[in-house]
Amino acid sequence: MTTLWPRIEPLLPRVQKPARYIGLEDGMVVPDHGAHKVSWAVMYPDTYEIGLPNQGIQILCEVLNERDDAVAERAYTPWPDMASQLRSCNVPLFTLETHRAVGDFDVIGFNLAAELVYTNVLESLDLAGVPLRQQDRVDTDPIVVVGGHASFNPEPMADFVDVVALGDGEELVGDISQVLQGWKRSGKPSGSRQRVLRELAQIQGCYIPSLYDVTYEGDHIAAIEPKFSDVPEVVYKRTVADLADWPYPKNQLVPLSEVVHDRLNVEVFRGCTRGCRFCQAGMITRPVRERPAEQVSSLISNGLRRTGYDEVTLTSLSTADFSGIESVVAAAIADPLTCGDTTISLPSLRVDAFTVGLADKVSNARRSGLTFAPEAGTWRMRQIINKLILDEDLYGAVESAYSQGWKRMKLYFLTGLPSEMDEDTTAIADLAANCVEIGKSHNKKASVTVSLGGFVPKAHTPFQWFGQNSAEELSRKIGLVREATRRNPRVNLKWHDAKASVVEGLVSRGDRRLGRVIEHVWRHGGVFQEWGEHFNLDLWHDAMAANGLSMDFYVTRHRREDEILPWQHIHAGLHSDFLWQDWQDSLAGHGIPDCRWTPCYDCGACTEYGVEHVVASPVPPAGGSQGTGQDIAAVQAVDGANWVPVTLGSGPS
Amino acid sequence: MTAAPNPHADANKHDRVIHVLRVRYSKAGKVRFTSHRDVARMWERAFRRSGLPVARTEGFTPRPRVSFGLALPTGYESVGEYLDIVVSAPPAPNELDGAGLANGRRLTAAELPELLTDALPVGIEVQAIEFRVGRTASLQELVTRCRWTFEIRDLDEAVAHVAVTKLLDSTSIPTTRQHKGKQRTDDIRPAIYHLTVIDSGAYGVKFETELAAKPRVVRPSELVPVLAPAHEMGVAVRIKQLTEQEGAAHEPLMCNATPAPYVQARAS
Ligand code: SF4
Repeated sequence: MTTLWPRIEPLLPRVQKPARYIGLEDGMVVPDHGAHKVSWAVMYPDTYEIGLPNQGIQILCEVLNERDDAVAERAYTPWPDMASQLRSCNVPLFTLETHRAVGDFDVIGFNLAAELVYTNVLESLDLAGVPLRQQDRVDTDPIVVVGGHASFNPEPMADFVDVVALGDGEELVGDISQVLQGWKRSGKPSGSRQRVLRELAQIQGCYIPSLYDVTYEGDHIAAIEPKFSDVPEVVYKRTVADLADWPYPKNQLVPLSEVVHDRLNVEVFRGCTRGCRFCQAGMITRPVRERPAEQVSSLISNGLRRTGYDEVTLTSLSTADFSGIESVVAAAIADPLTCGDTTISLPSLRVDAFTVGLADKVSNARRSGLTFAPEAGTWRMRQIINKLILDEDLYGAVESAYSQGWKRMKLYFLTGLPSEMDEDTTAIADLAANCVEIGKSHNKKASVTVSLGGFVPKAHTPFQWFGQNSAEELSRKIGLVREATRRNPRVNLKWHDAKASVVEGLVSRGDRRLGRVIEHVWRHGGVFQEWGEHFNLDLWHDAMAANGLSMDFYVTRHRREDEILPWQHIHAGLHSDFLWQDWQDSLAGHGIPDCRWTPCYDCGACTEYGVEHVVASPVPPAGGSQGTGQDIAAVQAVDGANWVPVTLGSGPS
Repeated sequence: MTAAPNPHADANKHDRVIHVLRVRYSKAGKVRFTSHRDVARMWERAFRRSGLPVARTEGFTPRPRVSFGLALPTGYESVGEYLDIVVSAPPAPNELDGAGLANGRRLTAAELPELLTDALPVGIEVQAIEFRVGRTASLQELVTRCRWTFEIRDLDEAVAHVAVTKLLDSTSIPTTRQHKGKQRTDDIRPAIYHLTVIDSGAYGVKFETELAAKPRVVRPSELVPVLAPAHEMGVAVRIKQLTEQEGAAHEPLMCNATPAPYVQARAS
């Protein structure tokens, strides 16, 4: 393997944003490729500026490069201008650390963080000169691995991938490297590829799609069965028991050019048991594993010193829930290094006064905007989705925010939720208008931005059986909110393209038959589909029709309880009867508490894996809402007769 | 956080002496594909990493008080980039003696280039630093011309010589470019002070030129379609930025450049 840089350099003056292709980030590791080290090209299938900040990729590269038996470099999907330069000049896709050919690595790993990037995986493999379909690959071709949230339903990508890595990757990449190192040492003899895949199938968290037969009865799946007796019927995800053992990334990459989230990121915990039923991330990353507060503090202060950043984000699915949040924030503010001008940002704010108090401590003097996510317009809908915020909770939080000097609120909502009626949809506008009124008493210029997304049901959530709203229905609902907010100049409405939700829905709950569809879309130029300027719904409709498949079957159809779902052999932590029960409870309007602070209801994420929550605080956060024990009491007081405890299904052993 | 006291803020900036570090640096190798904006952000991070006591502007979002010389086009290399940094700690003779300078460490001027280079990405090297006291005209106003070398790929040397002679003999060279979304045409002949062939090889031909930076910066890339239509420009390097004083051209930095021993070794 040698560097392609001399052949890449002349192409760069011809493309936009050439800094996408140079690497050189501070923190970058130039690995020493030994003859027997398993080499990984770890890819984010989107542009450099979207992919570079991805913490998963940075963590895995560091973990691999610290091992004796592996090395890792990174690559991203080139923008179409660069892709056409590479094709016309016969230069293969390259990594950024040493500008080697991606196709020369032993493993190509893709992070599938979202569904619309799937065609970019095909584009990247093609540019790397690797056969697209796993059945066409020979012994010397790289092993193609995918991981990340979207790979919990990997079936639409089954034709193209060799291995699916499920769950936390920190330990799993090591186990895979160990097996592949033996294979590499043996010289990858003829016919050994199948054997090594069989061997990988023995590792917990490794799913090998080609080792399973899927049969159909009409449109429906009849069975998903392993081809061999040593291949597991159900593949369980991996869970890192204690985040304290994995203080990564130790050297977060500092890019030379502008990227999204261009700041220090410190992960404060992984997993979330708030139980929001629409949220796939919360369901598949259970249980909650907090990082010790002291470790967070030292990651912040060392990270700021090393990188020169003046902003740090404390990442998690609900950062205000972190037990150590107050001490961590206090320590960061007091750090002499920051001189009072380091910004601490807290994504995913909870809707309560405690959160506003925190935001007050960390925000700079400007106080432009604060974001909350009530997700639905009425209390009834919020019970359905288990986002247990009362209207009063929202108004209280907004009141304290405006009174402390913020001028703009941003509110996130979903539409197209199960059982949503037009009153629920238009109530979004009412909530926003009421927030504006609260704001006006504090600030003449108070305004509210409503961000409205179309709901896409995801695998491994209680809503996986729900038929998604059609694009027309989503557009109609967006129209209702537009109409209801039109006359209020203080409410700005932003909404997501309902057409893109159709494709996201198609691929999220699709099966193996979609492989041909994804390939068709890619062959007709459908790359970078998550970019508005490239997205093309007609291409997807054409591809479905060309393959005799029905969009409605996959997107808008409600699933039945006895239906075999395409991902039923993938275990993301949750028992399927728990999910079904939660779906039924949802339709009955019943909430479910947060098991961090109330008794376990055996969803499966801990009980099935021999792990448990790692949470420093034994009590829910002060003033906390959204399904903590104390809120359930409040909920009962408001709505007593309507609330019953959730009945537990007994999980399969 | 709520307006915490900023030790580096210039509280009474009107009656205080301004201490400026004028820095000359180079940009070479892969990093040449970053933009002028990117480089500005690299410097901001470098200030924080090195602990240099850079003065800051006032207001809600204080910025380091720095001013850059003329922007270098993305893709160009340079051995003559400039930056003025206002520091909040006044320099003692040949020594910056300041509260918190370089994380509390006392530091001599000779150490500064290395301190900053280490905090900058591979390919950006501080070559020389000069202390100045008091306000000076900004680098962008001062620089009137730049010296460059540039390559044209796949060009024959004999053809290049003929093209140079023809270009220098012409009395006007109307050039059209995009400026803020509009087509603008101007004559670049008066902006060309000097142009010559200095090398050739398998790659093509290398030229040296001196071009005006006022009223606008004329770039070597504008000469390429005149000299060799349909050929691509190779690497272009800014060699010098020049100011004029009493009719003579000077570099904006008076002191002898500290040799930059790492330029070759570190340039990627
Ligand atoms: S197994 Fe019990 S404690 Fe663990 S996440 Fe599920 S419900 Fe909560």
